[in-house]
Amino acid sequence: MNFKRLALYAFLICSVIAIEYPILWVFKMSFSSSQSFALSGSLIPNDISLDNFSNFLGATDSRGQWLFGRQLFNSLVVAIGTTIVGMLLACTAAYAFSRFRFRGRRWGLMLFLVTQMFPGVMMAIPIYVIMDELGLLGTMTSLIMMYSITAIPFCVFMLKGFFDTIPRELEEAALMDGASQLTIFFRVVLPLAKPALAVTALFSFMTAWNEFILAATFMNEETSFTLPVTLQSYVGDYSTEWGTFAAGALIVSTPVVLLFFALQKQLVGGLTAGGVKG
Amino acid sequence: MSILTSLVLAAAVAAPPVTLWHGYRASEAQALGKVVQAFQAEHPDIEVHTLAVPYDAFASKLTAAIPRGNGPDLFIFAHGRIGDWVKGELIEPWSESGPEPFLGQTLEALTYDGTLYGLPVAFKSLALYYNKKLVPRPPQTTEELIAIATQQTEASAGRYGLGYPLDDFYFHAPWLFGFGGDVFDEAGNIRLDGPGMVASLTHLQDISLRRRIVPTEATSALVNRLFNEGKLAMMISGPWALGELGKDLDFGIATLPRVTQTNRAATPFLTVEGVMLAKRAKSPDAARLFARYLVSEPAAVLRAEVGRQSVATASAYEHPQIAQDAALSAFRAQLEQSKLMSNRPEMKLVWEPAKGALKAVMRGVDPQTAVQRAQARLIALTKPVPPPADPMPTMILFGILGMLALVVMVRSPKSQDQGVASWQRSGLAYAYLGPAFIGLVFLVLMPFAVGVGIGFTHFEGGQYVHFVGLANFKDILLGQSYGFKDPLSFYFTLGVTLLWTVSNVVLHVTIGVVFALILKEKWLRMRGVFRVLLIVPWAVPNYITALVWKGMFHKQFGAINGLLEWLGVESVPWFSGFWTAFTANLITNTWLGFPFMMVVTLGALQSIPAHLYEAAEIDGVSAWQKFRYVTLPLLRPALLPAVTVGMIWTFNMFNIIYLVSGGEPDGGTDILISEAYRWAFQRREQYGYAAAYATLIFFILVAYTFATRKIAGDKEMA
Repeated sequence: MNFKRLALYAFLICSVIAIEYPILWVFKMSFSSSQSFALSGSLIPNDISLDNFSNFLGATDSRGQWLFGRQLFNSLVVAIGTTIVGMLLACTAAYAFSRFRFRGRRWGLMLFLVTQMFPGVMMAIPIYVIMDELGLLGTMTSLIMMYSITAIPFCVFMLKGFFDTIPRELEEAALMDGASQLTIFFRVVLPLAKPALAVTALFSFMTAWNEFILAATFMNEETSFTLPVTLQSYVGDYSTEWGTFAAGALIVSTPVVLLFFALQKQLVGGLTAGGVKG
Repeated sequence: MSILTSLVLAAAVAAPPVTLWHGYRASEAQALGKVVQAFQAEHPDIEVHTLAVPYDAFASKLTAAIPRGNGPDLFIFAHGRIGDWVKGELIEPWSESGPEPFLGQTLEALTYDGTLYGLPVAFKSLALYYNKKLVPRPPQTTEELIAIATQQTEASAGRYGLGYPLDDFYFHAPWLFGFGGDVFDEAGNIRLDGPGMVASLTHLQDISLRRRIVPTEATSALVNRLFNEGKLAMMISGPWALGELGKDLDFGIATLPRVTQTNRAATPFLTVEGVMLAKRAKSPDAARLFARYLVSEPAAVLRAEVGRQSVATASAYEHPQIAQDAALSAFRAQLEQSKLMSNRPEMKLVWEPAKGALKAVMRGVDPQTAVQRAQARLIALTKPVPPPADPMPTMILFGILGMLALVVMVRSPKSQDQGVASWQRSGLAYAYLGPAFIGLVFLVLMPFAVGVGIGFTHFEGGQYVHFVGLANFKDILLGQSYGFKDPLSFYFTLGVTLLWTVSNVVLHVTIGVVFALILKEKWLRMRGVFRVLLIVPWAVPNYITALVWKGMFHKQFGAINGLLEWLGVESVPWFSGFWTAFTANLITNTWLGFPFMMVVTLGALQSIPAHLYEAAEIDGVSAWQKFRYVTLPLLRPALLPAVTVGMIWTFNMFNIIYLVSGGEPDGGTDILISEAYRWAFQRREQYGYAAAYATLIFFILVAYTFATRKIAGDKEMA
């Protein structure tokens, strides 16, 4: 191993230590038996306790129904639903923006970008009224709709940028071979865009996975809340149960880490867009 | 009696279950559950459903749900917002409080304009916690307090005599009232520049700057921690701290001492949690029945015993188990020496300027000057309600703008025909775009249009007042309340926002690209593990990690200054100056933001054909040249969308600023969106003004985005 590689390893390991350091405090709080915000002394808790984890995992509502399982299910349905709906709409829209030349194309593209610029602060009540009029309050559909719409603009931009780098010759060749447009889209374009699909899937999932304000506003049963709502409910107006919050934060972030681990092969899968090499 | 009961029962049987929203957790929630069980044992025909709502979403959920008929029957909340709720028609009055005698002031708290709007459930105030090992007898006067605290302070060992969040006006208020001051004058106007305020600020300066018997930059978290570790002899805190103190800690709770100079008691604010009956309740009669039960003696005893709540029902304290509870008795005693916090909406204006004064005196500003500044700021925040305006001129303006936009759109050049010849039909493109477009129109554009509309009105505390035309916009852009260089001015904040956005995006992209390039190297072992470790900051909810960072930046106890000292560099008071506070925010947000750019870059790198690198290697170019002439140019098209969108997010990313620097010093590091947020949720909830702010932010972002994309040379967008 040469010197340059060693130096890179050293750099990487130092960076990882620095970057994980704040996370280690979250670990310490989660294993501590107190509910205070620990930031002193050693990183190793004096007494290791699993109470915080069992508090978070074992919480029940006032009628004794177990919440974690239900809420994990809700969170998964909403996040996976958002990913599917968001990706489907974003892929088609991005493809249209990348490959078609049509009237209103530029304005449409701008519109997608511009929606990201609305500060959400002032939109909560109108959105609530719309969902109420649609009769969707209290349903997971309402959350999936809101989260997909939130995630779509970024996904469209990301995918359009990536589609633009895929040579058109591939599609033209497929067209010559008599493939239909849908076949070309699904069999030629999407497989080539795997890295971008992985990024946007992760992003859509995260958008839905961590949101709590809308979820707490739209839903009226603890059994229909998503996990972040329960996590946030450990934060009160005067004090926070930091131990349980830390344990919950780690539990809630585990699926994201797992998802990333699963997706990273697609992300860097060595799939080259070099199909028209030479 | 029996006829009455059966009437009530008959009504209840037909009615849907009673729903109750609350913000309780842990033992308090458990106690509520037991109360519900006990009630249902007595009234098997009435079902009670409780829902725990996170505090951060509670008020907005009430405001959204109740007017639409989706609200609860009852909810439990602190009394401070009653004024707004009465004006916004969210709550029903109570004709009488019932037979139960309540502790002093608790009914008054729930009364607005002479009408009762809730039944008192519990109360909260500050008191003095003392470590019995260090302080055998709690101090009776401030003189004694200072003497004990001085004796117990050894700053170099991190030991202090007294602790509380020094810059929080809620915690300072006991001194203000103890020195004979008040927040309202005789005429009922808010005043922060009275002699009592000056005297109390002099006292604060004395204990913090002169005697140094209190830890600086103290947050509740820090104070609890020091007290837990036995490094703090006394702390001022409320009943909520009980749950955070260690089980083997030997402490007592006492009434706050008398102020020696005035011989008045240091008097904390009193807040009262009430159970409120919502408008449009589905089963109001059963709800009233349950609310009365909730505050009745047996239920109060249960709540005090199981939930350790300071209940407002007087007779509960006669029960032996409760009389023996030292903490409950201490807060019960402090109640007699507390000052009811006003439930008038104006009260919300006090906190921000008062906090400014507290911070100023701790920086050494003379108290007299500090109160004058605070009063000036208070007046600047107390905007006179703009007069109603004629909607016609604004409508005409809108009409002209709309026409212009239409002309521009119609005249925009037709795209040239490109690409595969048979795919020209726009119809297919519209079909592809349709679903996403419809969603955007209904769920983003329509709510936004409503928001923009609100900007042209006076809308306060959830209530439409009247149309004001461009008054809000004029006030923001041309307001004379403060100079350009004042941190509150729109232009100063705009400058900070631009700086914040640019520096963040540059760092996120640079660090993200560096890691992505390293992590794609084939020779690197355990690439997968490194990649996962590096995205962890993105995966963990940032509410907790941002606060860990805030703790790491603490002047005395933070890890970062510890590291600096170890390196031989002098420690930095991060939140006292603009640049250091800005840097603290920037470091935290970079830590949170680079993983996203890293992931995007990892994906984008895949769009670079491998043969280009092979060709470059054959030509024998250096690694830097390869990056500069192959990677970078080819990365751009795939990275540009992420940069653009990342920039927009950063522009509106206020929660890191809110959590880390909190706008320190004096609102200097606040960005535009934090201002909009403050107008919307603090400062009397002036929604109209906040909406105008948000609209301006929107237009600035549009201009900024297109300007930067033009610089970046993106032909498509520019």
